Amino acid sequence: MAKLLDIQNLRTQFRTSAGVVKAVDGISYDVDEGETVAIVGESGCGKSVSAMSILRLIPDPPGRIVDGVINFQGRNLLELDDEEIRKVRGAQISMVFQEPMTSLNPVLSIGQQLTETICLHLGSSEEEATKRALDLLGMVGISDAARRLKQYPHHLSGGMRQRVMIAMSLSCEPKLVIADEPTTALDVTIQAQILELMKDLSRRMGVAMVIITHNLGVVARYADRVNVMYAGKIVEMGTAEQVYHDPRHPYTVGLLASVPRMDQRRGKQLVPIEGQPPDLTNLDDGCSYRPRCRWAVERCASEFPPLEGVGDNHVSACWRVAEMQELRKETL
Amino acid sequence: MSSAQSTANTTPGGFTQVEKGETLIEVKNLKMYFPVMDGILIQKAIAHVKAVDDVSFDIKKGETLGLVGESGCGKTTTGRCILQLERPTAGEIIFEGVNLNELTGKAMSPVRQKIQVIFQDPYSSLNPRMKIGEIIGEPMKVHGIEADTNTRNRRIAELLSICGLDPKFSDRYPHEMSGGQRQRVGIARALSLNPEFIICDEAVSALDVSIQAQVINLLEDLREEFGLTYLFIAHDLSVVHHLCNRVAVMYLGKMVELAESDELFDNPIHPYTQALLSAVPVPDPTAEKTRKHQVLQGEVPSPMNPPSGCVFHPRCPLAVDNCRREIPPLVEKRPGHWVACSQV
Repeated sequence: MAKLLDIQNLRTQFRTSAGVVKAVDGISYDVDEGETVAIVGESGCGKSVSAMSILRLIPDPPGRIVDGVINFQGRNLLELDDEEIRKVRGAQISMVFQEPMTSLNPVLSIGQQLTETICLHLGSSEEEATKRALDLLGMVGISDAARRLKQYPHHLSGGMRQRVMIAMSLSCEPKLVIADEPTTALDVTIQAQILELMKDLSRRMGVAMVIITHNLGVVARYADRVNVMYAGKIVEMGTAEQVYHDPRHPYTVGLLASVPRMDQRRGKQLVPIEGQPPDLTNLDDGCSYRPRCRWAVERCASEFPPLEGVGDNHVSACWRVAEMQELRKETL
Repeated sequence: MSSAQSTANTTPGGFTQVEKGETLIEVKNLKMYFPVMDGILIQKAIAHVKAVDDVSFDIKKGETLGLVGESGCGKTTTGRCILQLERPTAGEIIFEGVNLNELTGKAMSPVRQKIQVIFQDPYSSLNPRMKIGEIIGEPMKVHGIEADTNTRNRRIAELLSICGLDPKFSDRYPHEMSGGQRQRVGIARALSLNPEFIICDEAVSALDVSIQAQVINLLEDLREEFGLTYLFIAHDLSVVHHLCNRVAVMYLGKMVELAESDELFDNPIHPYTQALLSAVPVPDPTAEKTRKHQVLQGEVPSPMNPPSGCVFHPRCPLAVDNCRREIPPLVEKRPGHWVACSQV
């Protein structure tokens, strides 16, 4: 079966006064129809930039996609002209942003913002669009939808705004929704509401999702497959079970050992990852995780390890990947 | 006699020395109502936001008490009241036998040495125009501890290395440091006055997972080394579970449950705590598949106009008619496990 989205060797860079920031440095991954893929990593690892690159939302200058192929339903999005990519944005691939406070236009009513997309992409009349907007609000669990359509974003709470964003992202029945930290700004009980809603809607409508998050719990609950990013590169890729139960990259091992777990008894000390993430303007040829890695060897300094298969669709970029099952016992 | 000794041996201001395991601080019926003003010329209070409404708890010396709840539940305001950054509307805050609400002006000074705070945002809680050394040294200057510049600089270097930073950082500015390093500076500043009690207000929430673990371990080490007592205010339940001996859950200005950490996370009794705990996903896909997911409907009501009776009743799966009328008191349902719910 053809992949819905197939990204090959994507590179996105930013030219700044401090030098070229290699925010995304040659990542490849794919998304099947109806599947949920998570991209996890810490701030500055390039996970948001990689997602923005899919829809070519990178401001140029200073940013630029310098290399790669993004095949979506058989077309390379990077080769489309401006008019064509606009037809993809919001219609076939839509996006839910982190900040429900800033991603809605404060001077337009909810109704205006919702119907704009529908009229533009589906060519509906205003009346049809309003009817569809009402249905959508009902679908995302907003009661009293007719009144809400006339309200402005500041009338709504954070959770409500994120529901509106989700309604908007689904308004044209896209094939793929990219959610960039969709619940980071929300409280846990609201986060659960929003994520359950997204999961339910994606299942019912067969929409594929790319969830970008730093929350390992959210990934465990909602993702089918996981891509772990560090310093602009994907370092491990696999199903959620593979990555959580059999992590094969030192960074993944480190991340899992450093999160406190609510479902285990207290008393165990956390094993943090020492040091800081690297400066992306100043990366050498070696593995960028090397300075923080407890198992680094000489070879790590000279060559970046390729992604190597360790199991069914499970890959890891580490020179010592074969020993990782032994090595990681040290941190348990 | 140096002032460092005087804080250790004597207790100016009528404070009684407390031994490990005894009650260090007691909060009784704390209320903090913020007036909502209206009017053009004559400002009048038209309503009150009941940020904290009749909250009581105590903290033993050497213990870490977690205070959890969602935004707007009053957890930060409770911390600010203890610090006397807000003057509570009613209630008592008894620290080492002294009611802090009755202290004014100069009498507050020794309290400010004993109680310190670590804030959430490592970016806005450090003055961008001050060097790290000045930031850490200022509390000592203000309180006249280590008045000599040389000894103070030595102390600053010592504090930096205690917090895992290179002493040469004292000549740098906050913008030259990462979030995790800044938070360590915030911790060093809090330690500079040899406090007994530190309020950590979302102290690790802004940090990335790997850095967060570093800071959590630092806080744990410092607690052991200096016999500190923490009030740990946070919304991240996993962190609270890891770090705290006891945990209090707040909802809309009220305390709904209080218990030992493992007891609370293993056997939550209040329906709100149960929903809160089930809403937090755990980093384990297999465990997630079998976990019970209880999604709470609706949103937190406004604290300006809280629901009558039990404040949780509009969202509560167990609510009965009576919940609308009567405010459930906090009662001990199991040994050391306090719950405010009439239906459990």
